[in-house]
Amino acid sequence: MQAVHAVPPQPDSLPVLEERAEILRHEAVNGEYRLMQVAAPDQAQRARAGQFFHLLCPQDDALKPFFRRPMSIYAIDAQGGRISFLYKVTGTGTKALAKLGIGERLDMLGPLGIGFSLPPDEAPGRKTPIVILARGVGLATLAPLVGLARGAGHDVTAILSARSPDLLMSVEETRAAGAQAITITDSQGNSDTGHVAALLDDLHAKGRMGALYTCGSNRLLKLAQEHAARHGLFGEVAMEQQMACGLGMCFCCVRAFREGDATVHRRVCCEGPVFPLEEALGW
Amino acid sequence: MVDLTVDIGSLRLANPVMPASGTFAHELAQVFDVDRLGALVIKTVTADKRIGNPTPRVAEVPGGMLNSIGIPCKGPEHFLAETVPLYRAFNAPLVASISANTPDEFAKLCEMVSVPGVSAIEVNISCPNIEDDGRAFAMRPEPTLAVMRKLRAASDLPLWAKLTPNAGEIQEVAQAAEAGGADALVVANTILAMSIDITTRKPSLGKVMGGLSGPAVKPIILRMAYQCARSVTIPVIGCGGIMNAEDAIEYMLAGCSAVQVGTATFIHPSAMLDVIAGIEAWCAQNGVARVSDIVGDLAEAGDEGARNWGADMVTEKPKAGKAGAINWEGVA
Repeated sequence: MQAVHAVPPQPDSLPVLEERAEILRHEAVNGEYRLMQVAAPDQAQRARAGQFFHLLCPQDDALKPFFRRPMSIYAIDAQGGRISFLYKVTGTGTKALAKLGIGERLDMLGPLGIGFSLPPDEAPGRKTPIVILARGVGLATLAPLVGLARGAGHDVTAILSARSPDLLMSVEETRAAGAQAITITDSQGNSDTGHVAALLDDLHAKGRMGALYTCGSNRLLKLAQEHAARHGLFGEVAMEQQMACGLGMCFCCVRAFREGDATVHRRVCCEGPVFPLEEALGW
Repeated sequence: MVDLTVDIGSLRLANPVMPASGTFAHELAQVFDVDRLGALVIKTVTADKRIGNPTPRVAEVPGGMLNSIGIPCKGPEHFLAETVPLYRAFNAPLVASISANTPDEFAKLCEMVSVPGVSAIEVNISCPNIEDDGRAFAMRPEPTLAVMRKLRAASDLPLWAKLTPNAGEIQEVAQAAEAGGADALVVANTILAMSIDITTRKPSLGKVMGGLSGPAVKPIILRMAYQCARSVTIPVIGCGGIMNAEDAIEYMLAGCSAVQVGTATFIHPSAMLDVIAGIEAWCAQNGVARVSDIVGDLAEAGDEGARNWGADMVTEKPKAGKAGAINWEGVA
C-alpha cells in the first residue's frame, strides 16, 4: 500500500501536508541518537517549534511498522526549506527509519499539533527570561524553542540533562543561539532533583527565570511545576503519547490533565503536544 | 466519464466511498476537501457522557491494528449544539453514528439525533446491551430485531445497522436487522482480538481486548459482506480492511453498494481519495459506465473444466491391502 499511494495535489490553504521529503543528512550523533535532515520546503514554511511530523517509516522484509510515528521537530530552516529530527532508535518504527539513506524519500504528514508559545512581557518593554529544562529526547523537542525565544528577544537558560556527558546534545547549538547552557549528567552525579532544584532557585534569585519549559522527564515535570507554582511563572510542557491518526480523529493519544477541580482527557496530537505546565498530570 | 453515484436506500451518494465511524472527524479537512467523499460518517455518540478506555488504546499487529478507544463522548446535547452545526460547513451528507446501553435508551437517542443536517443514522448495534448480560445486540437475531423495531419507530431518517463480525451466524442477524426496519447494513465492526507484549507480559491494550482492523481482517469481513448481501434485499456497505481501490472493488463485486474506509486513513489521511480515483479508473478501463453496475456482479467461481465438479467422476474404491489405499483413507 505504500508503493501505490500517490500524494495528492494539495492547495496552499491546507495547513497539514503529506509530502515525500528527500533525506539530506542522516547520521549518528552519539551512541544512541540519530540526526536526520530532510528537504520539505512547504512544510518547513508552516512548521513551528513544538509541533511534530507524523512519519511513515519504511517497511521491509524484517520490519513492518504499521502506523506512522510522531516525531517532534528538532530544527526548522524555513528559508532553506529544511526540517531536522533528532531521534533515538528504540522500536520497530525508529529501527526502520534508521535504515533510510541519503537521497531516499520519507513520507511526512504535518506539521501537526500546537507548538510553544512565549510568555507575556514581565514589564512593559521587558521580555521575560525563560528557563528550559530538558532531558533525553526532550532535548530534541525543546531545541527549536531556544531559537524562537532568542529571536523574540528573550534571555534563555537551558538546563540540559543526560545519563552521561557523551549523550548530551545540542550544547554548542544552544550557546551559538545566544543562550546559556548548563549541562548536568547522572554519571557526574549532578542531575538529581535536589541539584536541579538548587539551579532553578539560583536562576530565579538572579532574575533569569520568569518562565519555565520542560519535556522528556516526569521527575523534571513535577519539579518544574513546583517551581512555577511557587513563583507564579508562565510555563509549558511538551508531552508524548502513542498515536494512530495524529490529527485528532481517533482519540488514541489522550492523557489526563487538571482543569480546575476536574481531571480531563486531552488529545496530545491536536490539543498539544505542548500544554500549560500547571495542567499536566504526569505519567 | 464514469457515473460514481450509488443509492443507499433513499439516500443518493456522489460516490461509494465514506469513512468508517471513529476514524473520521472534521480535522481531516485540514488535509483534503472532505466534500469529495460520498458521505461523512462521524464518531459514535452515546446517550451518556463517557471518558473512554484506559491507555494504551491502540496497538500494532501484523497487517493491522487493535483498538479499544471506548467511545469517549460528550453526550447528545453536545452533539446537537456543537457537532451538527459544525458540519453545516460541508456539503457531503452527514451520517450520525449512535450507540446505547438498552433498547429504550437507543430509541430515545435515535429520536434526539433525527434533526435537520443529519442525512442518515448508523446504529452501532455492535455495542453491549446491558439488559442482555452485556452481549452486543447484533450477536444474535432476536435482540437485533427487537432493538431495530424500536429504532425504526423512533426516526424517519434512513437507518444503517452496523453489524458485528463476532456473531456466529451473521446472515441471520442481517435478516433480523432488515426485518426490524433497517434501510442498509454496515458489515462490519472490528473483530474482538488481543495481543501480549512478551517482554512485559502485559496485554498490549489497557483494556486487554479490543477490535482488530486493517488488511488482516479483509478476507474475513469480505466473506461476511458477501453472505449478508445474499441474505437481504437492502443495500450492504462493506467495511473491513479496505486499503485501496482494489479492495473496495472486491467488496462491491461481493455485493456491497458502498464501502467504508477506516484504518487506511491513519496511514494515509487521503487514502479515501485514492480509493475513489482508483474505482473510477478501474471502471473506465473495464468499460463500466456506472459503478453501481458492478454491485454483486461476481463471475461464476471455479475453473472452466470444473463446473460440473464430481458429476462425471468415477469414484474408484481402493483395493484392500495396498499402501496407497491406507494413505487414501488416512488423508480423507
